[in-house]
Amino acid sequence: MATDTAFSTSSGSKRTERIRLLVQPAVVVIGVAATLLWAFSRDLDDIEKNNINAESLLTDTWDHLKVSFVVIVLVVVIAVPLGVVLTRSWAKIAAPFFLAIATIGQAAPAIGVLVLFFLWSGWEGLWAAALPIALYSLLPVLRNTIVGLQQVDRTLVEAARGVGMSSPTVLFRIELPLAVPLILAGLRTSLVLAVGTATLAAFVNGGGLGLLIDAGYKLNRITILVVGAVLAMGLALLVDWLGAVAERFLRPRGLR
Amino acid sequence: MSETTDQKISGVEIELAEVTKRYAGQKTPAVDGFSMTIPAGETIVFVGPSGCGKTTTMKMINRLIEPTSGQITIGGESALKIDPDQLRRRIGYAIQQAGLFPHLTVAQNIAVVPGLLGWDKKKVRDRVVEMLDLVGLDEEFAGRFPRQLSGGQQQRVGVARALAADPPVLLMDEPFGAVDPITRGNLQDELLRLQAELRKTIVFVTHDFDEAVKLGDRIAVLGNQSKILQYDTPEAILANPADDTVAGFVGAGASLKQLTLMRVRDVELKTDLVTVSTEDTPADVRQKLTNARKTYALVLDRRNRPLRWLHVRELASAGSLATVGRPVGDTVSVQSTLQDALEAILTEGGNAAVTGGRGEYVGTIDIRTVTDTIQQVREEHENDHENSAGGAG
Repeated sequence: MATDTAFSTSSGSKRTERIRLLVQPAVVVIGVAATLLWAFSRDLDDIEKNNINAESLLTDTWDHLKVSFVVIVLVVVIAVPLGVVLTRSWAKIAAPFFLAIATIGQAAPAIGVLVLFFLWSGWEGLWAAALPIALYSLLPVLRNTIVGLQQVDRTLVEAARGVGMSSPTVLFRIELPLAVPLILAGLRTSLVLAVGTATLAAFVNGGGLGLLIDAGYKLNRITILVVGAVLAMGLALLVDWLGAVAERFLRPRGLR
Repeated sequence: MSETTDQKISGVEIELAEVTKRYAGQKTPAVDGFSMTIPAGETIVFVGPSGCGKTTTMKMINRLIEPTSGQITIGGESALKIDPDQLRRRIGYAIQQAGLFPHLTVAQNIAVVPGLLGWDKKKVRDRVVEMLDLVGLDEEFAGRFPRQLSGGQQQRVGVARALAADPPVLLMDEPFGAVDPITRGNLQDELLRLQAELRKTIVFVTHDFDEAVKLGDRIAVLGNQSKILQYDTPEAILANPADDTVAGFVGAGASLKQLTLMRVRDVELKTDLVTVSTEDTPADVRQKLTNARKTYALVLDRRNRPLRWLHVRELASAGSLATVGRPVGDTVSVQSTLQDALEAILTEGGNAAVTGGRGEYVGTIDIRTVTDTIQQVREEHENDHENSAGGAG
């Protein structure tokens, strides 16, 4: 997972970006459909049938999305306000401290954070998975919120104060809208991290597509393993695509 | 400059008394005991080298920078006792490169202050249209974003935004510093036109002395720590700089700059030139020239507009006056500055024809008129510093 993509607002040229916007979902749909066709057309034994059927595939995908969704809500709710606070002049001094925590959270292996949290809290299920994964995928949004707010032209902020905006008004009407492109770029990276690491939720009884991979590995059933892996990859790519679409359409119109 | 009292002055007086700004950890204050009275409805230009504290001084008026000590009174009210955000909504603010919000449309940018003041939507919309018209922008610009405008257009929107809530005071921090010279000239003319109409109290900061001369009713030449070196009309500063520093800032060509301040209508024109019409015969012209003891005549067309210069020598070979003579190259109007007149005099060789409002000939101006005028202004301001120490005469 390359962190450098987290800090650029646009990857590659505009043209390749446009092509990617069209091609990426098509590749995902075709790949997933082909894998499922292949899996269902095979002669499946009982164990395989137990895992690869419409109902359990849907449940696993749904659980996976649930974990990812909770993670991303946590990330937004924690990282954006935290980023805002850490760019205010009175709290700037604490920024390196929180960035360090977030960096450690991301640098440590996700499975380690997950297991330690499980051992420490004793929890199981959705929240036991969502909280550590949120810590793991917090950094891109936090860092981009901070950088996004810092790169707002100081003269614009002064102009806004100069025409009589109060400081909260400047934050909500000038600074945050101008930081939106970078925050969205960070959010996209965090989303991909979250969906990718949500496969680990299976280890703490959180369900998800990790169950298939785990079962396929333990029971030595390649079909299950492949279906689980392809679905997890497809989901991550799809979410990345949604992020790209959001970046394209949610950024303020006046900005390029 | 022009003391016409019948015009409505919408500005208010600003008074700064012993205003000082001291930054923590710095030995010398950035602004030291600045006192000045800025009359209502006038344009005052703070001019001085970079880092002299002129911008800091200006920003203390709307409290973007809080003064360490001193008093600031705007229209009789102490600025330091008003909530700073409320205060700033009543003071227009225009800055270099316009400072437009890139994610807001032109209309939204202009509507910022009326919106903060809680005007209703209809009134704000009408005001936006009115302001665009005032700064000479088409209504179609309303929906555009700043990046879709040229530098000059952005600057106009910046001025429109500053004026949107009709504030009595306007602060302008090098607003035309980042545009090309031609656009800058146009924007300056535009501001002069607006100010003639609105009569706000304008505090304008620049490091360009020529801009100060062009725009200011009064100029404050500032030195380090915002020390007032001279505070007077542009004419007075050009004619008699208070000290060497001011003289250095005025730079070479003070007399030439003086010429930009005066208009042809302010000086006495010569009317002893022989003028003839295209219908006159060469014989008539020869007679007229002999009577007047001149060698030159100016040929006018049917509407009395200058056409050609005619020398007595050229009459000999001429059958009629329809084509003979040298075409008039450059004329000046009574509205032109003396600088333009001088240019015309130099190209025309000796004197230039002056035209009135409809292009009709009204007289001539020559180099002697120009030099006499400069001499006269110098004499007027010769004793300025003996009576008052750089005060506003």
